[in-house]
Amino acid sequence: MTPSLEKDDLARLVAADIPEGAYVNLGIGQPTSIARYLKPDSGVILHTENGMLGMGEVVPAEEADRDLTNAGKQPVTELPGAAYFHHADSFAMMRGGHLDVCVMGAFQVSADGDLANWHTGAPDAIPAVGGAMDLAVGAKEVWVMMTLFTRTGAPKLVPACTYPLTGKACVTRVYTDVATFLLTPDGVRVRDTHGIGRDELATRLDVPLL
Amino acid sequence: MKTQVTDALTAVKEIADGDTVLVGGFGMAGMPVELIDALIEHGAGDLTIVSNNAGNGDTGLAALIAAGRVRKMVCSFPRQADSWHFDGMYRAGKIELELVPQGNLAERMRAAGAGIGAFYCPTGVGTPIAEGRETRIIDGREYVLEYPIHGDVALIRAHVADRLGNLVYRKTARNFGPVMATAAKLTIAQVSRIAEIGELDPENIVTPSIYVNRLVEVPL
Repeated sequence: MTPSLEKDDLARLVAADIPEGAYVNLGIGQPTSIARYLKPDSGVILHTENGMLGMGEVVPAEEADRDLTNAGKQPVTELPGAAYFHHADSFAMMRGGHLDVCVMGAFQVSADGDLANWHTGAPDAIPAVGGAMDLAVGAKEVWVMMTLFTRTGAPKLVPACTYPLTGKACVTRVYTDVATFLLTPDGVRVRDTHGIGRDELATRLDVPLL
Repeated sequence: MKTQVTDALTAVKEIADGDTVLVGGFGMAGMPVELIDALIEHGAGDLTIVSNNAGNGDTGLAALIAAGRVRKMVCSFPRQADSWHFDGMYRAGKIELELVPQGNLAERMRAAGAGIGAFYCPTGVGTPIAEGRETRIIDGREYVLEYPIHGDVALIRAHVADRLGNLVYRKTARNFGPVMATAAKLTIAQVSRIAEIGELDPENIVTPSIYVNRLVEVPL
């Protein structure tokens, strides 16, 4: 049995699945690292919601241009063929269904593709939604990248989200450290597993698996 | 009306207690720090601030919040590693928060600037953001009714202006600037250089001068 995936291996797996020439938005946090594993000849064009297509890689502080950042406010580069636009145009691109794929992190995903990734609902938490709800309704494919279990072992792929929702029935794939799930109209299909058997996976999840 | 070229303190002098101020920037990229410093010195308070974030570090919007001038923040992403001034004020109950998804924030200001009375948008359907809101099914899809966000004043940063007030921006510092410029009664732009009329390529103007009331030159 192959071991469970480290973060970089998971990013590599997602990168390999992004179609050539796709327009893609990578969410802040872990999904940002997917960019490192996109092949230079893939023709994938990265969108960042703060107003750019053709975003390059994250650069160290000494190479930073204060006017050029990604959605996580890290300094980045611009690639040949890049384009800049203002925020209303950027979100028109997102909500108008022009992005092929977005990849986001999540607290929970339901078997029906409901996404929860902006608020734990804790009374002392300061909520922050950013562009997550716009991506959830707008991208043609919404993929999630997360660990399958919390630190205490609770599954994050669930029958119904208990955290406040970001979007309804929007997620089509869930990439995790131990398995990749395709959320299909027929139900949740396990595409591959890493360091866990399908029987154990079925036992530890409350979601029926195809 | 002819665009005035002036200094930062003169530019902000009519901002009044209780005003709604649209503040450009995504984090620090595009934030008009010197205009905000002038607003702090000017002294207006009880402000409603519309901006993507709720301050980063200790300068710009963070300094305005720390000075206790902000009654309410309308923003999409307040909580960040360096939003300590907002976090403290919010936890102490000294600042109100209206959380708006980022695309709605932009589009609601675009609507204000374009004379649109309201619009239906799919963002937030089925989430707490849409609770208690008017919704409508159009062609089988559910939408939430969103209203414009008008500003009394917009404070933005662009790269270069000409003396008429035409603006060009630089890289991702453009972000909310062009939208905010349209949505306020008084738009004040901080720019790194003011060029002569005719110097900027008309094909490349991002914000036409009609939206800009005052220019403040702050060399980089």
